[in-house]
Amino acid sequence: MTEQAVTQQAANGPATGTTSSPSSAVDRRDIAEYALRLGDDALVLAQRMGEWVSHAPELEEDVALTNIGLDLLGQARALLGYAGSLTGRTEDELAYFRSDLEFRCAHLMCLPRGDFAATIGRMLVVAAYQWELYERLSESADETLAGIAKKAVKEVAYHLEHARMWTLRLGDGTDESHRRIQVAIDDLWPLVDELFRTDDLEQRLATAGIAVDSSALRGPFDAVIDPILAEATLTRPDVPAAAGGGRHGRPSEHLGHLLAEMQVLARQFPGASW
Amino acid sequence: MESTTPTGAPAVDPAHDASSDAASAEFDAVIAADGRIEPRDAMPDAYRKTLVRQMSQHANSEIIGMQPEGNWITRAPSLMRKAILMAKVQDEAGHGLYLYSAAETLGTSRAEMTDALLAGTARYSSIFNYPTPTWADMGAIGWLVDGAAIVNQVPLCRCSYGPYARAMVRICKEESFHQRQGFEILLTLSRGTAAQHEMAQDAVNRWYAPSLMMFGPPDADSSHSAQSMAWKIKRFSNDELRQRFVDMLVPQAEALGLTLPDEGLRWNEQRGHYDYGELDWAEFKAVLRGEGQCNAQRLTHRRRAHEDGAWVRAAASAYAAKQAAKDDARQEVSAA
Repeated sequence: MTEQAVTQQAANGPATGTTSSPSSAVDRRDIAEYALRLGDDALVLAQRMGEWVSHAPELEEDVALTNIGLDLLGQARALLGYAGSLTGRTEDELAYFRSDLEFRCAHLMCLPRGDFAATIGRMLVVAAYQWELYERLSESADETLAGIAKKAVKEVAYHLEHARMWTLRLGDGTDESHRRIQVAIDDLWPLVDELFRTDDLEQRLATAGIAVDSSALRGPFDAVIDPILAEATLTRPDVPAAAGGGRHGRPSEHLGHLLAEMQVLARQFPGASW
Repeated sequence: MESTTPTGAPAVDPAHDASSDAASAEFDAVIAADGRIEPRDAMPDAYRKTLVRQMSQHANSEIIGMQPEGNWITRAPSLMRKAILMAKVQDEAGHGLYLYSAAETLGTSRAEMTDALLAGTARYSSIFNYPTPTWADMGAIGWLVDGAAIVNQVPLCRCSYGPYARAMVRICKEESFHQRQGFEILLTLSRGTAAQHEMAQDAVNRWYAPSLMMFGPPDADSSHSAQSMAWKIKRFSNDELRQRFVDMLVPQAEALGLTLPDEGLRWNEQRGHYDYGELDWAEFKAVLRGEGQCNAQRLTHRRRAHEDGAWVRAAASAYAAKQAAKDDARQEVSAA
């Protein structure tokens, strides 16, 4: 994101003011909950990308990883801002004053940043998932979600390309890089399944044309990921799927640590403006 | 990113050292006419060395400077502040890249400059050896450190070496945004709760004198200044720039509702400038010698990031070589 874009976003605030007119039969709390799920995914992953700053393997990657983090943070702000507008809270109240039990992100987002291979492996999976998601969500009957998704899908396309290129370089680079990226993919794979689980809330919204049915994304996701893994000479893991629970208040053990760091200053001065 | 291999530096053509009388006269004429020296122009060896030293120090400062602010990205107290801080630190990485590229036009590779930084033989701005223990330090760095950098760097947009001058035009625009966001952080804190105001004042107390020392030693003690002025790399002396900075800070501090920790600070009607107190040059020299709070920490961090990334860079090179070999093989097949 450019400085102008950040300034502009800062000036306008997140997309809370957008009027949307979801079907009156739809419970706005459902939409808020759905926006929180997507927003928390983006926020937690943005936080992980922020941990990379000044640690990247080369300067170009410091720029690229921060850029991806900024995109994710922008998506998080728009989504949390929207969720908050439906429930009477601000983006910062949602980000800084909820406990880990109240977060709705998938466990995959919470994994520690690990080495560069772990970051690339996760980015590949998340970007491929988010691209399929946002491309469909840009057709949502909810204008705000559709608007957020239209912007996000362009950003995520870049994240996917960046992750694809690095997956190829690492997979088909040296023995050491091949070993590391394979380990990374193996370690995260049990958490992939959670991204594609649907539930009653999502189904209600999908029926109303507002949300995307996550279970319908698995096929398209595999069609993107499998050829990349093959070209990178990597083996797609065959492992049991983890139970997950992040969408329903059963968070990853890693989340509390991440929030402790992210929220420490805001919670030290409750009520303060920054 | 298009290439992950170290950028090759152009070889220096000895004919382009301004050692011959004709070349030397041409260089002098360009400088006298306030023109620009470009990479392929003749230039004295000492001019080239001075620029490589200054530009690589400047690039190193941007890269090391990512650390004190990177320290607060994960803890920024609002999402808007987090976004602004990430964008700012990203700008610094970008500035480092421009400046290394500009310096490479003088025949020194980025790899050589990086090695010199990691070996501790090349310097970076001493200011980054001070720590950032509180959020208010993000404000003080923006307002004071980036503010001093702008005062230093705006004249560099007219520096006699073309690639450096052009890089500085873009960098100064971004630095101006950085300074404004720092001022705005401090303003918000100063007008916030008593604890926030105290945090802002404490940060200004810690960063004021070090930021004044960013302009370098007093003119009488500055070893490189006179020659750099003659070459029009530098346009104003250390003390002139420091004075300009102090004159700028005083009204801004008043607007912030914060005090500058300087008992010698008062308007001098006769000079038309603010007088300011003695700076602790012994501290400045001590930090330069490596005795600051964070010298070892900053360099260790940089070295670790470089070493931790070695396998990634090796993978990128190996992959590029494999791809090139495949391309060659394809071309041979199609040629046959």
